[in-house]
This record gives sequence, C-alpha cells and structure tokens, in this order.
Amino acid sequence: MSTSIQRYTARERSNHWVVAIAFILAALSGLALFHPAFFFLTQLFGGGPWTRILHPFIGAVMALFFIAMAARFWKLNRITPADRQWMARIKDVLCNRDQGLPELGKYNGGQKYLFWIMVLCMLLLLASGIVIWQPWFAPYFPIWLLRVAVVLHALAAWILILGIVVHVYAAIWVRGTIRAMTRGTVSEAWAKHHHRAWYREMTGK
Amino acid sequence: MALQSLDIKARSATTTPSPQARGAIPVAKLIDISKCIGCKACQVACMEWNDLRDEIGSNVGIYDNPRDLSDQSWTVMRFSEVEVQQGRLEWLIRKDGCMHCADPGCLKACPAPGAIVKYANGIVDFHEENCIGCGYCLTGCPFDIPRFSKKDRKAYKCTLCSDRVAVGLEPACVKICPTGAIVFGSKEDMIHHAEGRIADLKERGYANAALYDPQGVGGTHVMYVLQHGDQPELYAKLPKDPSVSPLVSLWKGVAKPLMSLGIGLAVFAGFFHFVSAGPKEVEEEEERS
Repeated sequence: MSTSIQRYTARERSNHWVVAIAFILAALSGLALFHPAFFFLTQLFGGGPWTRILHPFIGAVMALFFIAMAARFWKLNRITPADRQWMARIKDVLCNRDQGLPELGKYNGGQKYLFWIMVLCMLLLLASGIVIWQPWFAPYFPIWLLRVAVVLHALAAWILILGIVVHVYAAIWVRGTIRAMTRGTVSEAWAKHHHRAWYREMTGK
Repeated sequence: MALQSLDIKARSATTTPSPQARGAIPVAKLIDISKCIGCKACQVACMEWNDLRDEIGSNVGIYDNPRDLSDQSWTVMRFSEVEVQQGRLEWLIRKDGCMHCADPGCLKACPAPGAIVKYANGIVDFHEENCIGCGYCLTGCPFDIPRFSKKDRKAYKCTLCSDRVAVGLEPACVKICPTGAIVFGSKEDMIHHAEGRIADLKERGYANAALYDPQGVGGTHVMYVLQHGDQPELYAKLPKDPSVSPLVSLWKGVAKPLMSLGIGLAVFAGFFHFVSAGPKEVEEEEERS
C-alpha cells in the first residue's frame, strides 16, 4: 500500500473551493446575461434583476479569494526550461505517452501557463467589472470606457471559462488528482510519476 | 412603457422573429429647429402626459433646464450659441431625446428578453417591467439617451408617446408645440414636409439646410430639419454620422454566438479526448515501486 504525500493544506483547499464555487455562480449568472440562450439561468438566481444584482458581488468574492490564492502559489508557477521541454511534448502528454518526460516540480508547464492566463483574466474581469457595475461605479465612467469594458469583460470571462474547462477536465483525466483538492493528499506513485522533482523534495528520496 | 396595443417587430435578447403578419406604416416626428423658439412647452407636455416630475435643479447660468435628460426628463431643450458667420450670433435650440433608430443600438445591447422593443411603426420602447438594470443600453445608444432611475434601477427614455400613438393621437410634445416646429405623421409624409421646409430655408440663405435622418443607424423615427445640415455638431453635439459602436456590434454580433459555441466545443473536446485517449493512470508497478 503506497503512502500519501500532502499536496494542499486545509486552508489552501478551502481557499480553492471558495473560488471554485464563486466561479460556478459567476459563470452561470454571467452567461445568463451574455446570450439569450442562457437567459433561463437567471431563474437559478431569482430572476433577471436579482441575477444582475448578485453577479458582481459573486465576481468580487471570486476575484478577492483568487488573488489570495494566486499570491500563495505565485512563486511555484515560475516557468522553467523543464516546463518548456514538457510543453514541447504536449502531444505525447495528451496521448498518455509519459515516458521520458522531464522531471517537474509541483506544477507542470500546462498548469503554470493556465495559472498565468487565469491571473490575467481575473484582473481584467475585476477591472472591467468595476467599470460596468451598476449602479455603484458605472455612472462615474464615460460611455466609451463602458463599451471597452463590456467587451473586455466578455472576452476575459470567455477565456477564463475555457481555461476552467481545461482545468476541470485535466483533474478528471489525470487519475488520482482530485483527492489533492478534496483530501489534500496524493499517492506517492502519483507524485513520482507526474511531479518527480517535487516528490524528491517532499520525501528526500 | 408597456401600456400599448402596437405590434412588436423586434424584441431585445430574442433569437426568433416576432410576429410579422400585420404591417404598419412607419411613423416619424419631425423637429424643425428653425421654427423652435425654445419655450419648453414640449418638456412640460411630456411631464404632464407621462406624470413625470424632475427634481428642481439650480440655475447654472444657461437656459438648459433641466440640465440634462433623466429618468424624469425624457426630453430637454439644448441651447447652443454659435457664430457660423462671423458677427452673426445664432441661437440653435435642439429638443433632445430618443431618436427612435430604425436599427436601435439599445435593443441590440439589451440582454433581457423583451425589455426593449421596436414596434412595427418604428417606435422604440422600453418595457421597464422586463428591465434588469444592467445599463447595457447605455453602451448601445449612439445618442447618449437612456437614463437610470435611482428609485427602481430601470432605464427610461422617450416613448414617442407610444400609448397615444396606439390610439391615433400625436405625441404630447407635438400636440402642444405653439409654433408647429414639431410635427408628426407617417415617415414618408414627414420627409416630404421637411423637403418643403428645407427649400424655404435655402431660399432664405441657409444654403446647407438639410434633413437629419442618419443612415448609420438605419434612419431615425425622430428627424430634425437643421439650418446648418453640414454641421450637426453645432446643435449641442448632435453626432454627424452616428452608428452603433463597433465594440457593441462585435460583442452582440459575432462574439455572442461564436463564444458560446466555443465553450460548448471545449466541453465536447474534453469528452471525446477521454473516450479516445482514456484516463491518465499511474501504472500498478510504479505504484508499488
């Protein structure tokens, strides 16, 4: 029976799930106001006006907790030459041909690039969201800026949603990953296979 | 406002066509600025008919009063002092309010189904009971017309008295105008009427007199006769060639369906990757070693 390695503390997991829950609510309410095909989602939030009222508050919670989480993981997401090598072999990774991939620290290149995309999107969403937030902030900005902000908000949200689709799928696809965020641990074999440098660091082996 | 019995031709955030069987004659309000004396009777009639009462503001040294459009002031006279010819002061008074665009940017931008409608006769109306208060209509409007109410967080603007027009009456501002500067009828008739006015103005030395019916928004159902048709900006910054912002057109045009499709495709891509490549599992031997 293999032993477990701690990957996330209870505090990190809680932080992650606050962001995740807020993201789901923000994405559903945001999509409801983006395309008429999704307008029925406003029913989940108590109708159109309530969806409009709640969405920015949910988004603000998401952004604040995300910033706290990103600050914690900032240094671990610096891109290294090994990450570039790993990214160059992304096709093998996707086809489950993992032999001979470079040794990686706590995160792989895909995770790191996704991290930076999310940081960028989250900051854009926060900034543009404040500009179009009715009735609190929007009246203080000129209309041309509102126009720029609505487009940037939609674009950043779209990229973020695509990024989260990849993030969630990767967690489902790579077996043994989800427990890292639910129980906080991964198996030794998982760590050794996917993040060997981190495994060595954690176990001294 | 939705007290109406007019047929709806276009409806915000609705992807299927509205009932089209019954036709209607496009209507228009024509505002002849050369005949306007700035009495503000139209503002009063608008308040009267719609039971609107704006806050009493303060004198800021100009005739504009109220200072700007609001949820309680759906039309305001804007006074511009200009010297088109040196030494010849002209007082241009423009009755500002919704232009009732044939291709309304507010309706395009609105995410709430049925909160903004365009009637078969061309009137663009806000149905506030469906309004969610997002303010997207402000980004869509090339004329900066919709205003938010602080009381109910809904957007308001001139209805072109759709409730009066529906029962065969002219808008309240038209009824009250003492000089006949505001007239109302079929758009065709109004264009014809304007032509006569423009010919008259040209005779009187206004060589550039013209009808303001901007084609960038598909034409409007509120039109102006301008003495200086070549310089609409003179009239309190009336835009020369207004159109819905390309950003709004992008956002509510191609981006809306394509981005939605993209999200759907991403989910499908994941599903099909899973059923073709399968999960990434750590092998048993590795687990034991």
